[in-house]
Amino acid sequence: MNGAQDLGGMMGFGQVAGEPEGEVFHADWEKRALALTIASGALGEWNIDMSRHARETLHPTDYLASSYYEVWIKGLEKLLVARGLVTSEEMAASSVLHAPRPTSPPLAAADVAPALAKGTPCDRPPQAPARFKVGEAVRTLNVNPSGHTRLPRYARGKRGRIERVHGVFIFPDANAHGLGPSAQWLYLVCFPASELWGREGDPALDVSIDAWESYLEGAAG
Amino acid sequence: MGSVPPPIGGDNHAQRHDHDDGGLADIELRVRALESLMIEKGYVDPAALDAIVETYETKIGPRNGARVVARSWADPAFRRWLNEDATAAIGSLGYSGRQGEHMTAVENTADVHNLVVCTLCSCYPWPVLGLPPVWYKSAPYRSRAVIDPRGVLAEFGLRLPASTKIRVWDSTAEIRYLVVPLRPAGTEGWSEERLAALVSRDSMVGAGLATDPASLAGEAAA
Repeated sequence: MNGAQDLGGMMGFGQVAGEPEGEVFHADWEKRALALTIASGALGEWNIDMSRHARETLHPTDYLASSYYEVWIKGLEKLLVARGLVTSEEMAASSVLHAPRPTSPPLAAADVAPALAKGTPCDRPPQAPARFKVGEAVRTLNVNPSGHTRLPRYARGKRGRIERVHGVFIFPDANAHGLGPSAQWLYLVCFPASELWGREGDPALDVSIDAWESYLEGAAG
Repeated sequence: MGSVPPPIGGDNHAQRHDHDDGGLADIELRVRALESLMIEKGYVDPAALDAIVETYETKIGPRNGARVVARSWADPAFRRWLNEDATAAIGSLGYSGRQGEHMTAVENTADVHNLVVCTLCSCYPWPVLGLPPVWYKSAPYRSRAVIDPRGVLAEFGLRLPASTKIRVWDSTAEIRYLVVPLRPAGTEGWSEERLAALVSRDSMVGAGLATDPASLAGEAAA
């Protein structure tokens, strides 16, 4: 969706403010927001693409006015309500009003390290040969889906070249909407800045995205 | 600007803020309330929450990545492995899992400088760099890294010659990119531990270079 999360190429946000390496959190609530997000995710009630979609469907003014951990918490609240785990009334009242819904057991402290070390691999075995090969010219589709997509606006309808074939990966555009993994070939596609930004493009800049096969069509040359 | 919709949970947040909150901001109250609900309903274990925080405060951070880079500088066989199968090479040092399931290492050269961004969210290689800094997740960086990376780098104090090519990697999928900065001159024969001390977090995102050892010598003498 063309939401506030799709920031590439926008202007007017000002300078980038660096920060020292040792500053992991800036307030205690950020620690709790991180931990709650990870531990809630471990219930298996949603996947990472659903999480991203919950965040990007915040109202654009809300998204842009929120710090990133605030975005996470607001997204988490939406997921919890959508899954029937917590109700809006409970959040408003800050107290439990309904019995918990049965779920898988909560993540135990002893399982945190192994769960984090294992992660959630998103690659899948190929079921068909890759359509494109390294070096081939491709064009990204000019699409504007109302649902989740990982094809940023600045890279739609653009001509680039396949630089690597990453393998077959879960397709977020489907997975975010409960339509299953629908795994597809994933490619590294590289564009010269002039293709993305026209005459303002830095002549010594290339930008790449990772693009699923259905984002791409063949391009002459 | 349109009006911001009321946060989920309604106006009670604002009302609660008016009394008995000890001066806490709305978001602090909101997170605290949600945590209490989740614990009371049995969906999360508070000990697990503490373990997650402790992991990212003390165990998983950019020193992991610095050790990967130092090994790559010091060991040609490891460097080849890192370039061919970064996930396995990094895993051999004990760094794996969440947000680093599919790693790719990209080496800076004399001619090409790499910079990593996630314009759509905050994708970042956690096992090697830890949690992303605020700037990496912020609108200024995410908006400009793909259109004006030279300007962004200048704000980090890094002014590259116009002839240096810049390659920006927008992390739009589950591939996570680790920049391997150029090894500084004058470090021949250094141990991996000494080399790792030259590798900053920013240099592994591409927002900086490895530290010049001459500047370290200056600090030691000071």
